[in-house]
Amino acid sequence: MKILTLVRQVPDAEARVKVSGDRVDLEGTTLVIDGMDEYGVEEALRLREGNANVEEIVALAVGPKKVEDALRTALAMGVDRAIHIETDERFDAVSLSKIVAQVAQSEGTDLILLGGQEADWDSQALGAASAERLGWPQLTWTNELNADGETLTGRHDVDDGNEGFKVALPAVITAQQGLNEPRYPTLPNIMKAKKKELRKDDLGGFGVQPAVKYVGAEIQTRARLNKMIDGKDPQAAAEQLLDLLRNEAKVLA
Amino acid sequence: MILVVAEYAGGKLGKSTLEMVTAARESGREGPITLLVLGQGVTDVATEAAAVADQVLVGDLGALAQYNPEVWAAAVAQIAREGEASTVLIGGSRSGREYAPRVAVKLDAPYLEDVIKLSAEGDALRAQRYTFLARVTETVEASGPVIVATVKPGSFAPAAPAGEAGEQYDIELNLPTPRTEITGKSVEKSSRVALSEAEVIVTGGRGVGSPENFAQFVEGLADNIGAGVGATRAVVDAGWRPYAEQVGQTGKTVQPKAYIALGVSGAVQHLSGMGKSKNIIAINKDAEAPIFKVADYGIVGDVSQIVPALIAASKK
Repeated sequence: MKILTLVRQVPDAEARVKVSGDRVDLEGTTLVIDGMDEYGVEEALRLREGNANVEEIVALAVGPKKVEDALRTALAMGVDRAIHIETDERFDAVSLSKIVAQVAQSEGTDLILLGGQEADWDSQALGAASAERLGWPQLTWTNELNADGETLTGRHDVDDGNEGFKVALPAVITAQQGLNEPRYPTLPNIMKAKKKELRKDDLGGFGVQPAVKYVGAEIQTRARLNKMIDGKDPQAAAEQLLDLLRNEAKVLA
Repeated sequence: MILVVAEYAGGKLGKSTLEMVTAARESGREGPITLLVLGQGVTDVATEAAAVADQVLVGDLGALAQYNPEVWAAAVAQIAREGEASTVLIGGSRSGREYAPRVAVKLDAPYLEDVIKLSAEGDALRAQRYTFLARVTETVEASGPVIVATVKPGSFAPAAPAGEAGEQYDIELNLPTPRTEITGKSVEKSSRVALSEAEVIVTGGRGVGSPENFAQFVEGLADNIGAGVGATRAVVDAGWRPYAEQVGQTGKTVQPKAYIALGVSGAVQHLSGMGKSKNIIAINKDAEAPIFKVADYGIVGDVSQIVPALIAASKK
């Protein structure tokens, strides 16, 4: 099978997010490969290392020049080659899925692996939208995946619990915590990755426009009371907290 | 019409459905509010839905007995097309956010995901949503003859019944055959109140110390005050607690009236799942823990000393 892994680049979780004017300003922010996508990349590698017949693993990223770094990380983890579609435009997931579907078709992909939720858009839509465009089934929030020939089995989270599934390729799988533990690229692999192909495709060829306009952004702050209670006397602290919860916050009876 | 896909559980209309009706009323978009009820044996749900909607479309079919994203997307898109919906609202649940993008693609419609606010701007629909691990509120806008949106649970007040009950109509659907076989299911069962519904949540982090301490202090306090139980990712990764209890980016998003964090450090991924709680209470030995920055009430102290005192005092 041929696997396409989608890679996004997002601010490091500990990095401070700032807003300039009406949008999030990532200038000077440490950017990393999205942790959830990393689970997808790792799973592709594990399928190959297991008994699945994996011909090739290709990583795809759409985004500004800097996204190359995330693709290099995927290459250093063990992906065979990468495709970068460079753009500073921000695409909503449903528009972006048009690009993903076209790449999957031209690459002869059977399986797409990506993260269940992006840490920048907080969106879960890319996998489902890509699956719909390709006419493929999708399994989201997957925490166990096995391949046997053309059949995938595994488990994934649903509204009220967890389900076992069985599906034939082609398919889209979204990854999450618990699926695996992503490997760190080793220095020799980082060196090798520099020689791997990182192809640049032109956005213009895909005929895609964003369908959602971004009109403003604000740092989400909620004024908190920050009332600190002295904990040296546990009994007194507990009583004071209970009093505040009952009589000030009115959240306990 | 504004098409709202009803969410329900255990034969009862979900609170999220009533919240979506409010979102539909506030959106300023054109058309009667139409609730779509999909499933098998949904007569009672449809009757409940009729109390808040202008009309209810009921797809009560064996083929809908089990949720499947492809089947749900096909049903919703078909009805949206036939009814010339201006807006399609779907719940921001795990399943809703899974099939809604497929509906948007089928309708060639823009998709606004997990919105917390909706308003009409001429022909366009303007929405607010959280981004960057819920640290930013973004305003987005889309226009078109039809727009698909998912509504974040807990963001709108539940709608009250308005006037006469809406008419109910049975619908015919052309449904695809699901390609995914479900080979087994484990349902999260808990005698406690579900995290998504809980008004108070007690969550334990690694700072609680051990699985035994978790049971004694976190569960102990929760049971004492009738709260739901949550856990941090570190605790779930360590195998102390089931994934079902995890709150955060890779777990559940909650916004209770009170969120009591015991031994929780407050990583950004955790904050993204609980940062919208009305009151945040933190108890942690480490005075430098980031959780204190977002807390309304904080105690720097040992959970194993303060929680027993809390339990004892709450019985008074």
